[in-house]
Amino acid sequence: MKIQQLSLFLENKPRALRVPTRILAEAGISILTMSLADTEQFGILRLIVPDAQRAKGILEKAGAVVNVTEVVAVEVPDRAGGLDGVLAVIEKESLNVEYVYSFTARKGDRAVLVFRFDDPDKALRLLAAHGVAVVTELDGFLTPGT
Amino acid sequence: MSGLQIENRIWDTVETLPRERLRVLQTERLRSCVRQASQIPFYREALSRLGVDADTISGPEDVRRLPITTKEDLRQYYPLDLLAVPREKLVRIHGSSGTTGKPTFVAYTAEDLNLWTELCARFLVAGGLRPKHTVHIAFGYGLFTGGFGLHQGVERVGAAIVPAAAGNTVRQILLLKDLDADVLICTPSYALNIAEVARAEGITPADWSLKYGHFGGEPWTEDMRLRIEQEMGILAFNNYGLSEIIGPGVSGECAARRGMHLAEDHFIVECLNPDTLEPVAEGEQGELVITTLTKQAMPLLRYRTRDIASIDTSPCPCGRTFARMSRVVGRTDDMLIIRGVNVFPSQIEEALLRVDGTAPHYLIEVDRPGTLDRVTVKVELRPQDFSDRMREMQALRARIDREIHAITGIRVNVELVEPNSLERFVGKSRRVIDHRKGT
Repeated sequence: MKIQQLSLFLENKPRALRVPTRILAEAGISILTMSLADTEQFGILRLIVPDAQRAKGILEKAGAVVNVTEVVAVEVPDRAGGLDGVLAVIEKESLNVEYVYSFTARKGDRAVLVFRFDDPDKALRLLAAHGVAVVTELDGFLTPGT
Repeated sequence: MSGLQIENRIWDTVETLPRERLRVLQTERLRSCVRQASQIPFYREALSRLGVDADTISGPEDVRRLPITTKEDLRQYYPLDLLAVPREKLVRIHGSSGTTGKPTFVAYTAEDLNLWTELCARFLVAGGLRPKHTVHIAFGYGLFTGGFGLHQGVERVGAAIVPAAAGNTVRQILLLKDLDADVLICTPSYALNIAEVARAEGITPADWSLKYGHFGGEPWTEDMRLRIEQEMGILAFNNYGLSEIIGPGVSGECAARRGMHLAEDHFIVECLNPDTLEPVAEGEQGELVITTLTKQAMPLLRYRTRDIASIDTSPCPCGRTFARMSRVVGRTDDMLIIRGVNVFPSQIEEALLRVDGTAPHYLIEVDRPGTLDRVTVKVELRPQDFSDRMREMQALRARIDREIHAITGIRVNVELVEPNSLERFVGKSRRVIDHRKGT
């Protein structure tokens, strides 16, 4: 299953990161994981939240530039060679990876990596064919009380 | 001859013509200029509408009866529809920034080119140039009139030229040092940049054999003159011109360096209140409005330069009788001069239009962190242009940068900002913030 990721445009200025985090905090939306790509000029904040469409609506209402992209969260055995095995599949199938980052929370004995593929549907199909597990729902990452 | 910094030499005796005789010369030439302009339908119509006949001109003051010409007029008659001579008479075409993507062209006959050369020789000699000198020219050679104009003038005087052209400061320093140039020609800010880069390399420009500098192409201040003179151990001279009129050579400083002598034998220069177009009192600041008296290919009547300066007709210790204009202290329009290049905000707007088909909100910020101008163009990102992919965002920035460079010829720093983050103005929007001091 594909997961919806929020991407936000951030200007390169003090407190730019704080603006969306505060909006989400006030709306009671939990951030499951995040990654920040930055340049000298601007940044792109990528977030995984439980309900991406709802969060997008709230952020846009507050004036943020947001889009929703489909990413694939891949389960990676948390041991030496775990990531390498997954990347070997990706390489073998010539899947084009735009970027990758990891979840802070683990799923059982596995680490979880978020992959942004050019073609997420094709990636899902091929990963499945090689027996690579992907995360199908985010509930497991929500800690009690959120 | 008190107040003279260097030996005073006059290139052309006409420069000392008594003002009463100058009036006679200007009157005669104004008549022939009106006749020449009548070759152009645009002026023929305007002159007839105003009831001006060359024969009824009785003094230089009658210039005020002539029609005004603006940059917009030049744009409207793009590219060369204001020629007073057949196209085959042209020997050169130069250009400057238009207010939009298209440049404004200026054409020269052989006679015009000779005049331009003479006028450059005039101010160069007034500012110390002698045939024995070696002259380093670090102006761009191209459509811009600075490079070729000064080159021709130096050649006419008979000095040796190092046509270094613009850019590559490290190489400029090598040439200046090893070829023992006596005279440096460039924009004042570039002179300071050369000095700064040299110092960073452990070289002291004041040790070079440079004696004089002729600087123009952008406004500068007495403070900058002092800095350049100290850094380089030279005397720095100011000159003025604009391509629409002829290029450099409209005026230049003499040894007294108290204003730039206008070539009044070839131009009538009025100093007008930009709102009323009435003359300001002598010595007061106004917009310079120039009529070319002798140009053949593209005579211009009362061209609004948009440059603000003052004019002084009092006698000069150098003996020249021609009036002197002050430094240019500002503009009556929103034109910016960036590293010697004229840039209009409307050009930036056109570049942005080319990128995504709509004119987004933008803001131009100019500063001069060291010695060179830096331009930042802040552009509001449209939500539909946002991508989570970094390379797409970088490509968008690169596309904006490329279009701005293609239209203006300058490199800017493109900064994408959030939608609605730039201030909105009611009516005439303020698109430019110029942080440069004293320009």
